[in-house]
Amino acid sequence: MSALLHKLPRGHERLLVAIVIAAAALLPLLFATGSPFIDDAVIALAFVVMALGLNIIVGFAGLLDLGYVAFFAIGAYTMGWLGSNFFFGAGGGEGLHILVSGRAAELPGVHVNFILVILVAVVFTTIAGMIIGLPTLRLRGDYIAVVTLAFGEIIGRLATNGDQIRIGGLWDATVAKLPGVTELGSEAVLTRGKQGITPIDKIDLPFLDPFGSLDVRSWYFVALALVLIVLFVNFRLRDSRLGRAWVALREDEVAAASMGIPIVRTKLLAYGIGAAFGGISGAFLGSYLNTVNADQFQFSFSIFVLAMVIIGGLGSIWGVVIGAVLLSFINGYLIPDVLNAIPRDIGLDFDLTQLSYGIFGFLLVIVMVLRPEGLIPERRRRLELHGVGAGVRAGAGTDVELADDAPR
Amino acid sequence: MTPALITAESVSMRFGGLLAVDDVDFELAEGAIASVIGPNGAGKTTLFNMLTGLYRPSAGRITFRGREISRARPDRITAMGIARTFQNIRLFPTMSALENVMVGQHARMRAGLFGSILRPPWVRSEERRVRERGCELLAYVGLAEGLFEDRASNLAYGDQRRIEIARALASEPAVLLLDEPTAGMNPSESANLTAFIRKLRDERGLTVLMIEHDMKVVMGVSERITVLDHGLKIAEGTPAEVRGDPRVIEAYLGVAGEPGS
Ligand SMILES: Nc1ncnc2c1ncn2[C@@H]1O[C@H](COP(=O)(O)OP(=O)(O)O)[C@@H](O)[C@H]1O
Ligand SMILES: [Mg+2]
Repeated sequence: MSALLHKLPRGHERLLVAIVIAAAALLPLLFATGSPFIDDAVIALAFVVMALGLNIIVGFAGLLDLGYVAFFAIGAYTMGWLGSNFFFGAGGGEGLHILVSGRAAELPGVHVNFILVILVAVVFTTIAGMIIGLPTLRLRGDYIAVVTLAFGEIIGRLATNGDQIRIGGLWDATVAKLPGVTELGSEAVLTRGKQGITPIDKIDLPFLDPFGSLDVRSWYFVALALVLIVLFVNFRLRDSRLGRAWVALREDEVAAASMGIPIVRTKLLAYGIGAAFGGISGAFLGSYLNTVNADQFQFSFSIFVLAMVIIGGLGSIWGVVIGAVLLSFINGYLIPDVLNAIPRDIGLDFDLTQLSYGIFGFLLVIVMVLRPEGLIPERRRRLELHGVGAGVRAGAGTDVELADDAPR
Repeated sequence: MTPALITAESVSMRFGGLLAVDDVDFELAEGAIASVIGPNGAGKTTLFNMLTGLYRPSAGRITFRGREISRARPDRITAMGIARTFQNIRLFPTMSALENVMVGQHARMRAGLFGSILRPPWVRSEERRVRERGCELLAYVGLAEGLFEDRASNLAYGDQRRIEIARALASEPAVLLLDEPTAGMNPSESANLTAFIRKLRDERGLTVLMIEHDMKVVMGVSERITVLDHGLKIAEGTPAEVRGDPRVIEAYLGVAGEPGS
């Protein structure tokens, strides 16, 4: 399979895309509505979106990000804030409704159309991505990892303790003074902590009724559409001026800058776009899971998505798709439904789900040892890690490294 | 006298206690082929790094076409028209030869985020143009056509040097800075490169500044030579002037016997 993928010329890649899309579109028709398989598949698709986003940051641009969960959280909270009764004081208790129909149109709270929520989530997470990007611009490697990790933790803590953070008074005194902006009421807080914001509005698309939670097939098709959009963006960016600039930065920052690539802007674009995908997926999952609670935003989540990218193949779009689907099904189906009882069957007193992250860590180690370039390596990384063609480098003298105070 | 394209006015570069470049004045005339020579550690590469924005001078001022660039970012300087190669080849190793040269054209391209995603006709034609121009440049520096799509790191040393020059030319510079371009080459390859450098100037109107150890190359092609030693400019002038300068002879004698060894 992977050998086949490498040999594919660009034209054939198109054909493969078409086949995969057709298969994915027909898949749910093979299962009864409400089948748990489709439910797992929806989650898997949401993870594909996220993994493709993280792949832009880590795979394309080579910036290790251990706090990707932050963007998932921000996207999910955007959905929670703009699609539930959470801000029950909005509009003086009447609620605020923008292009929503069905029950959502009658409830208190802020209720904004799903497509608009996605757009807002994109804006919020892009900004967050650039903010996290800024301090990392002067750092390299391990240091970037630490800063992003801290950022993920900060967002996680904010989610947990946000039920104590009153934002209503401040909002009403400032932003709400702008024309057309609703007041939230002084009771409004930032999150609902571990208890979670629930219920969340269902997806509400033009010309269609709002989705029901049992109609999993509709959710599947929306998730698939999001995957296709994100895939399209990934492919286009990979083979573009920007995609080449990311790879150049990843391989040699000094040479890249000397070739005319603006380092700051190019890195921030990677953070911003990667974050936006996390936000899209987060907003979708917020609605699909019908809850946005702080327990969803753990450090282990960042590692889970990172494992998808690494196991699939850093920088490899196909690899990352497969990595995400694989790990997502192992997590959502194989471990809880198939293997879970094994420890008990052999007389041990625990469930396998308690070991999930141990299992992923183990898989990660195995892949790193046996196939460090991932299941389906990026074309350009294929040879690198197995030593072929390494080291035709010569010359002597001091190598250029950017001094700490060098202008970037 | 042709106007100076690049000037450096009493520039210094300090690394902690080390003055790698010490109060150096320097001018590069438009259309010239000039060299910077000096023993290892003299500060030649550091001077290049300041001219290209990789280092910010600790003191002094650098201008290009009369505009100050001492604090400009490297990518801005490249866009203004100064391109370079590196002493230790710094190609993007996993990219193909052609992709390397396409990256070199970054500053001359317009496609941004949305252009790259939506790929309207003008972006398509820009991509095509950049690819064609990349091939032209690789052919111009003499890379065999069968190697264009090969990974840069898999290519022979001499080919990598060629690609690096093609990549620098890709940014359509007015000035080309070459840091020890003949390092690791045999005498006939060096002679070829010397002829090529002259051709670059004569055919493309490029101004060339190089750091070079091979005295045959330096004396053969340079119109003006600047000699650095321990960060100080100890001599400057035509090849004949520099060759006879007692301080130059001393600097080289102190290191390795005779110039160029
Ligand atoms: N980034 C740096 N940090 C510290 N010292 C440096 C740095 N760059 C160069 N140097 C030092 O500056 C001196 C000049 O180096 P360089 O300019 O590379 O010499 P060369 O004339 O051989 O090219 C050397 O002593 C070198 O070690
Ligand atoms: Mg040097």
